[in-house]
Amino acid sequence: MSDSTSSPRTPVVGVLALQGDYEAHARAIEHAGGLSREINRADQLAEIDGLIIPGGESSTMLKLIDYENLFDPLKAFGQSKPVFGTCAGAILIARDVINPSQASFDLMDIGVERNAYGRQRDSHIVPLQAEGLGELEAVFIRAPIIRRVGSEVKVLASHRGDAVLVTQGLHMAATFHPELTADSKVHRMFIERLKP
Amino acid sequence: MFGSLLQDEQFRLKVGLAEMLKGGVIMDVVNAQQAQIAERSGACAVMALVKVPSDIRKDGGVARMSPISVIREIMNTVSIPVMAKCRIGHFVEARVLEALGVDYIDESEVLTPADEENHVDKRDFKVPFVCGARNLGEALRRIGEGAAMIRTKGEAGSGNVVEAVRHMRTIQREMKALTMLRSDELMVAAKTHQAPFELIEWVSKNGKLPVPNFSAGGVATPADAALVMALGAETVFVGSGIFKSDEPEKFARAIVKATTYWKDAEKVLEASEELPDGMKGLDVSKIPLDELMATRGW
Repeated sequence: MSDSTSSPRTPVVGVLALQGDYEAHARAIEHAGGLSREINRADQLAEIDGLIIPGGESSTMLKLIDYENLFDPLKAFGQSKPVFGTCAGAILIARDVINPSQASFDLMDIGVERNAYGRQRDSHIVPLQAEGLGELEAVFIRAPIIRRVGSEVKVLASHRGDAVLVTQGLHMAATFHPELTADSKVHRMFIERLKP
Repeated sequence: MFGSLLQDEQFRLKVGLAEMLKGGVIMDVVNAQQAQIAERSGACAVMALVKVPSDIRKDGGVARMSPISVIREIMNTVSIPVMAKCRIGHFVEARVLEALGVDYIDESEVLTPADEENHVDKRDFKVPFVCGARNLGEALRRIGEGAAMIRTKGEAGSGNVVEAVRHMRTIQREMKALTMLRSDELMVAAKTHQAPFELIEWVSKNGKLPVPNFSAGGVATPADAALVMALGAETVFVGSGIFKSDEPEKFARAIVKATTYWKDAEKVLEASEELPDGMKGLDVSKIPLDELMATRGW
């Protein structure tokens, strides 16, 4: 599956499997040439090279993270390994969250507003141009908006004037759902980051 | 033609929200206070209805869409998606809920049907619909009408998981059987299941429904939730079980935990230990036929 830049080992990508569309991410990872693992216990983090926090309900995931004492292990993982958050995952990876405010891992210097486009009737699909990736189909479902972008954050794509795909150091965040399209180039970009 | 329904942008957005609810618990609530408890306990969405099914069963009379003021208050109180029920075939209740801006509509047999023949044509609504099904044919008829999520009907308000198990097993078995047929046998399958041919063909190729398949009706303990997940449900609806128990918040948390960790018996054990007794159940075979909810709609 992977292209000519052959690596010694296929990267293993964990997907936080507490709630949400983690199976869609697992399919996208495999399609992009990685190996996927469902992660819902702290001891499983040792087996993976990077972690995807999927779409779903960020408040629900936070409750489960809290009940199962996963907050500190997940944050510690993100301090040394790449993490990619989509939609709810982008909310969890942010420094600060509003509407309403809630805890987050503070792995990227972004401020995120939940449900910022409105309710389900305001969900939409649009084509976007992303730096280094070309055209993408972006599926926004009850999506958040990145309201603040720190100086270390690089914006790869914007929609209606707001950043929707960003990177900082090892990490990536998207407010849309690349896992819900047939195109796996966003996942390929993340997997490339996991190669030594 | 269903190929184009499934590719349609609106339909993809509807199914997309159902994807986001996977692995979670959707809780029935009758007011904002219950919605808040549900959200705090880890519900991934709440379902607004006028009374929980066990009270509808007990009180009798006509059960309709919830009062608008109650749904609006729920929407203003929680940040998770808000679903609301309309009566089977009541396309005006559905339009009212759409105008109100709910995130999902459940065209539900738990309320008193408004039409004993026809369901709502759900295709030209912007709001997504979930519908109940007892078997594959019923599921595909609802998808043909535009439903973006299917749930087993189970027997709501009974506290007895037996019907949800029957319906989930039936749907799974019927889908598996379709995958073994030759293409020239599919029209007969469409006739047998009384379902649209194109959807029969899709299931035969893919071995699953083209929309997420959730479970509802009679889930009363953490082990019940884990059981329906193990049988192929992708999310669990819990109705009367939570707010009819002595400690709703504890109960709700335990169901959420068992649903997430259904593959892990130790976690289901932990969830079960956190709980006092589940809801008192009914023997479904003792419910008079005309009081069964699952047989409403076809």
